[in-house]
Amino acid sequence: MSAAETEDRRSWMPYLLSAPALLLFIAIVLVPLAMTVLLSFHDWGQYKGIETVFILKNWREIWSDGYFHEVFLRTFRVAFLVTLLTAVLGAPEAYILSRMKSPWKGIFLLVVIGPLLISVVARTLGWALLFGGSGGVVNKALLNLGVISTPIPFMFTETGMMVALAHVLMPFMVLSVWAALQKLDPQIENAALSLGASQMTVLRRIVLPQIMPGILAGAIIVFALAASAFATPSIIGGRRLKVASTLAYDEFLNTLNWPLGAAVAVLLLIALVLIIVGSNRIIERRYAEVFR
Amino acid sequence: MSRNGPLALIFHTLFVIFTLAPIVVVCVVAFTPEGYLSLPTNGPSLRWFRTIARYPEFINAFWTSIWLGTVSSVIALAFSVPAALAIARYDFTGREALTALFMSPLMIPHVVLGIAFLRFFTQIGIGGTFLGLVLSHIVVVLPFALRLTLASATGMDRRIEQAAISLGASEWTVLKRITLPLILPGLASGWALSFITSFDEVTMTVFIAAPGTETLPVRMFLYIQDNIDPLVTSVSASVIAATVVALIVMDRIYGLERLLVGRGSGDR
Amino acid sequence: MAFLVLDGLTKRFGEHIAVENLSLAVEQGEFLALLGPSGCGKTTTLQMIAGFVTPTSGTITLAGQDLLAVKPAKRGLGIVFQSYALFPHMTAAENVAFGLEMQGVDKSERSRRVTEALELVGLGKFAERHPRRMSGGQQQRVALARALVIRPSILLLDEPLSNLDAKLREEMQIELRQIQRNVGTTTILVTHDQSEAMALSDRIAVMSQGRIEQIAPPHEAYERPATPFVANFLGKTNVLQAQVQSGQALLGEGRWPVPAGSPPRVLVTVRPEKIGFADGGAQALAGQVVTRIFQGNHWLYQVDTAHGRVTVIRQNSGETAPAEGEAVRLSWRQEDMSVRPAETAR
Ligand SMILES: Nc1ncnc2c1ncn2[C@@H]1O[C@H](COP(=O)(O)OP(=O)(O)OP(=O)(O)O)[C@@H](O)[C@H]1O
Ligand SMILES: [Mg+2]
Repeated sequence: MSAAETEDRRSWMPYLLSAPALLLFIAIVLVPLAMTVLLSFHDWGQYKGIETVFILKNWREIWSDGYFHEVFLRTFRVAFLVTLLTAVLGAPEAYILSRMKSPWKGIFLLVVIGPLLISVVARTLGWALLFGGSGGVVNKALLNLGVISTPIPFMFTETGMMVALAHVLMPFMVLSVWAALQKLDPQIENAALSLGASQMTVLRRIVLPQIMPGILAGAIIVFALAASAFATPSIIGGRRLKVASTLAYDEFLNTLNWPLGAAVAVLLLIALVLIIVGSNRIIERRYAEVFR
Repeated sequence: MSRNGPLALIFHTLFVIFTLAPIVVVCVVAFTPEGYLSLPTNGPSLRWFRTIARYPEFINAFWTSIWLGTVSSVIALAFSVPAALAIARYDFTGREALTALFMSPLMIPHVVLGIAFLRFFTQIGIGGTFLGLVLSHIVVVLPFALRLTLASATGMDRRIEQAAISLGASEWTVLKRITLPLILPGLASGWALSFITSFDEVTMTVFIAAPGTETLPVRMFLYIQDNIDPLVTSVSASVIAATVVALIVMDRIYGLERLLVGRGSGDR
Repeated sequence: MAFLVLDGLTKRFGEHIAVENLSLAVEQGEFLALLGPSGCGKTTTLQMIAGFVTPTSGTITLAGQDLLAVKPAKRGLGIVFQSYALFPHMTAAENVAFGLEMQGVDKSERSRRVTEALELVGLGKFAERHPRRMSGGQQQRVALARALVIRPSILLLDEPLSNLDAKLREEMQIELRQIQRNVGTTTILVTHDQSEAMALSDRIAVMSQGRIEQIAPPHEAYERPATPFVANFLGKTNVLQAQVQSGQALLGEGRWPVPAGSPPRVLVTVRPEKIGFADGGAQALAGQVVTRIFQGNHWLYQVDTAHGRVTVIRQNSGETAPAEGEAVRLSWRQEDMSVRPAETAR
């Protein structure tokens, strides 16, 4: 029964029921967020600390300093490539999973999406061990297999960051595509096969278009989480290779320049909201038919 | 359904190796008998697991995490149930906006939340306290609690409650005897997911935790920032083992797929 | 004054009018069917009586008292929902006992009445079963027992049989009718199945688009439908346009007397099973058989005539059936047709 079936739009009951959560959110989400936005306009000095004035100093600094451009560019570059990587690997895997037979299907689904619940720190530690300074396990394996001739530097590089982030966020892509696959009628594939289409054609012309909304929805989630990721880039990227969130952390807890850190964080938030809302719009319009 | 071809199976095998490699490597290295990071080629040893006991900072952090997860999930659930009933049952002005607000912690980067809470809690004088941690964790787990509560509240046949009312039950009786028992599985899984989310949260908590109130992932993260040694590996391996057990239990009881499909926050 | 009276009941959902100016009186002990196509407002009407939907305007009185002033929980009505709405976490007996518990009936009395009610619906052995482990028919009976056990002033049934297969539905119809007769509870049944309405009820209220088209005993509504909608809804019917000349409707070579004061153009309605094949004579409408379908105990014909296509149903009594393409003459008795001015046709 849909909510719309309940009548009486003017009943005060729903407001009463949601009032506790609403008040909580106003008090400890909206107020702190507003304070953070305000903070980004405050002044700061090494000795005077935070000065509650209203100036554009921090924003001007981010706008003009090439270092901030570099960090934000890196943040979104990494996020974009991670999204691509998860889509290219996660979508086929979800499809393969959906075609497995009964016990294996459940087992491997657990294996593939289960890591989602395992601590991000622990998973990233695993990658740090695998990458291992210069001659980690991954490089040894790749060298032995003859895939590469010289070790690839993973630790403290964007490449390593991307691999580890792709691993951390992969379950979201698989889940999203999986959900789309569940809605697929297997008979449609058979219908296409019976009409003489090859397996490849069925994949490209029948399956892919139908799971595209799932891939795109997964891509939005992965992109948002990759761009705001903190623990993984911090551990793999080390002290020098900063992304937006680790930069904000630095400003806050090392430099103690809270207003500047707040400005970086607010900018990240605004950029992400714009990107997410924008792409959601486009996808919904494009796939209104499929979503329904 | 048709089976996968050989190419698909090779891809699948590589994918599974990719998925499991970092997790397995942590668990293997944790058993090293050496004083440095290495594979336990000369047989496994529990040396580093025993060492954990001598580091009260990890033990304390573990208990902080457990308490924090338990308390904040229960409170988040208590706020979610009435809100979910309102959203599921009534068509009221502001319904969409309210849902968006309650779900917003999923969209806000946790760094931003961490900064906002740090600033806010310092201003109102609860910076670095357990209370502050609880408040902030309620906010980040509430979307999960709400989503699962909402799913079971909307999934429930409204006529069942109407039947109870027509038989003379008061609103309170209906809630206690009919509604709550029927959405209980949703509440339980909402609690479980909230707990795990809270237990794993590091990005936001790293801003607001003080030395006395560090959670386990925060402690691990800070430790790794200084150096990576077998100790943090054995701690991680323990966390992984505990999670895997919880995971299998939840999969048996509720179905992991059902719990997770549509979930939306990761590198917390 | 009747037991239950709905007066000028209207329900709007925004722009949409679900129920419009509906008036209805139900006598004590009566079995009334609310019959109409999907979306015509039957459930909304029932929900207004039950109190789960508030009318936009109009009144409902029960035994002379304003029912709208009473909270749903205090109305003391028994309701059986289409989905049964059994409490899945309670056994059959607990389901049935719930209403008594709410009334504060003490334990021994409660268990006696629960057993009695389950026995009444033939489920004595299933008291400890959970609804999930019961068949559709059994669940339906638990729902009925749960509604009846509180001795409701009115029993409201919202398509209670529509989830059952055809055979079980027929069995349950008979059982429902018997139980209602035995208990004597005033009953309102909502259904979109005309044969169910006719089989069960004392009177039928045929609804269309939120309004009542006719309230009458089943045979009367069938034989003398008040509107073309009722005629069509209560089984197949033929509607033929005819000219009126000197008090007679002209149909082919046939002439049928019409009521005095009929306009020059009328619509004549005849049910398919009332039409026969005439041998000769004047009182007949000529036509040609287009299709002939064997349907077990009867034949179904489509006959093309000068007044359009006519459906004819003949019992399969062994007489020779006209073949497709054959010319036939159709006739019927004066009292089997109804005549309406053509202008009111909808
Ligand atoms: N809460 C509501 N909000 C808006 N429109 C509604 C609501 N409830 C019912 N309606 C509309 O009112 C009309 C009558 O609905 P109702 O449920 O009474 O039909 P019904 O006769 O019971 O149909 P069915 O046989 O399909 O159950 C329908 O057009 C329906 O769409
Ligand atoms: Mg209905």
